[in-house]
Amino acid sequence: MKYRSVTEIIGPIMVGPSSSHTAGAARIGRLARLLFDGQPKRVNIHLYGSFAKTYKGHGTDVALIGGLLDFDTFDERIRDAKEHASNANMRVRFHEEEAIPDHPNTVKLRLESDDNAMELVGISIGGGKIEIIELNGFALQLTGHHPALLIVHQDRYGVIANVANVLALHKVNIGHMKVSRKEKGREALMVIEVDQTVTDEIMTSLEKLEHVDQVAKLHE
Amino acid sequence: MIQQETEVTGRSREAVLTDMDEKLTIMEEAVRRGIEEDVKSVSGLTGGDGKKLEKYIENGNGLSGDTLLRAVSRAMATNEVNAAMGMICATPTAGSAGVVPGTLFSLKDKLNPTREAMQRYLLTSGAFGLVVANNASISGAAGGCQAEVGSAAGMAAAAAVELAGGTPKQSAEAMAMALKNMLGLVCDPVAGLVEVPCVKRNAAGASIAMVAADMALAGIESRIPCDEVIDAMYRIGESMSETLKETALGGLAATPTGKALESQIFDLSAERT
Repeated sequence: MKYRSVTEIIGPIMVGPSSSHTAGAARIGRLARLLFDGQPKRVNIHLYGSFAKTYKGHGTDVALIGGLLDFDTFDERIRDAKEHASNANMRVRFHEEEAIPDHPNTVKLRLESDDNAMELVGISIGGGKIEIIELNGFALQLTGHHPALLIVHQDRYGVIANVANVLALHKVNIGHMKVSRKEKGREALMVIEVDQTVTDEIMTSLEKLEHVDQVAKLHE
Repeated sequence: MIQQETEVTGRSREAVLTDMDEKLTIMEEAVRRGIEEDVKSVSGLTGGDGKKLEKYIENGNGLSGDTLLRAVSRAMATNEVNAAMGMICATPTAGSAGVVPGTLFSLKDKLNPTREAMQRYLLTSGAFGLVVANNASISGAAGGCQAEVGSAAGMAAAAAVELAGGTPKQSAEAMAMALKNMLGLVCDPVAGLVEVPCVKRNAAGASIAMVAADMALAGIESRIPCDEVIDAMYRIGESMSETLKETALGGLAATPTGKALESQIFDLSAERT
């Protein structure tokens, strides 16, 4: 089941005009910022399908920028997000893509700062609900139903066991886990959905592990 | 619904109801703005029609009956506030956000429900909406307007039956009859904006919801069961042309007037930037 909570049907509270093209877009932008761990300096946004055709009228552009500035779906500053972005020295460029995506509301964001870059593909599936389907070239499925951990690490033996061990020590149960890598021995990504809250203490322990490069947590 | 919600989210019953109560407040404020203030969208395409209809009802010459017309005026009011980038609560989406509260705030005048009954109205409509979302779609880009205003009309009809004291079975019949009459409805917004024809489709959605609720309360049943209507809606959405699914390429968006409005709006905004 894609939708589980009544709040996904009655809600979100948001500024108009479109739950998928405005609220969903704001959520994708905000999630990208969260994963990037801060505000990017430059963002390239590629819009596909219905997003590419109708973003101006739906305020998809200002919503994505608003999300990147950490505005929630009901934050009325979304309307003037472009101004807020230039005040915050964040440069955003939009690209309308012709390619036909699997899902009509697809957006690819490339976030950059001086020493960091991240690429994320998100889809807005209706009523403000979103999914992140790709991160730095890794395919993933994050529904946002459970707290999730994203761990960028090096593809070495023992890393998975060490991560699982930290979670076990803190009595955190893993509901779903996916590990992918680009190439043997190179950058890899763990996506872990858990049942309990991930505390800062757990995050610190995970970050200290050998061959772990980056840890991010997502809560919905 | 409350039990399922507490199980899925781990929130208490109290928290679930408080959440619904906050949303009621947002909805009521959007309706109030739409029927009292002079709301105008950024494009200038919509605004003021909810207020106009509310005045007309007050004059006492309405043909359709005040409760039905108020559901319509309040649905339009909400959608006009939405088009003006005002604060609303998506039910199930923003483009279809008028139907569920419009119907509720008309029935509120007629039935004088308690605040808790109004919270339950939202939960009931949400429960029916969840079934549609998981078995079909609530996205215009995926299933056309039938998935948005159609779903909303079904949800509102089901919840209206409950608010009026009908049975759960009658709620399902009401949803089936409302959704049946929205099947095939395409999503063809002029200039890609959630304005034309969205505001008036919310008006029609609210009126269909009211009539379907009355029919179900009268004991009328849908020949095709509710679940099958939802399934039919999904399959119709799948076979619908992409030009009619929120791409602004077909339908009303592609009419001469639709096209003319589109270039007007975007020329204007190009000048401004």
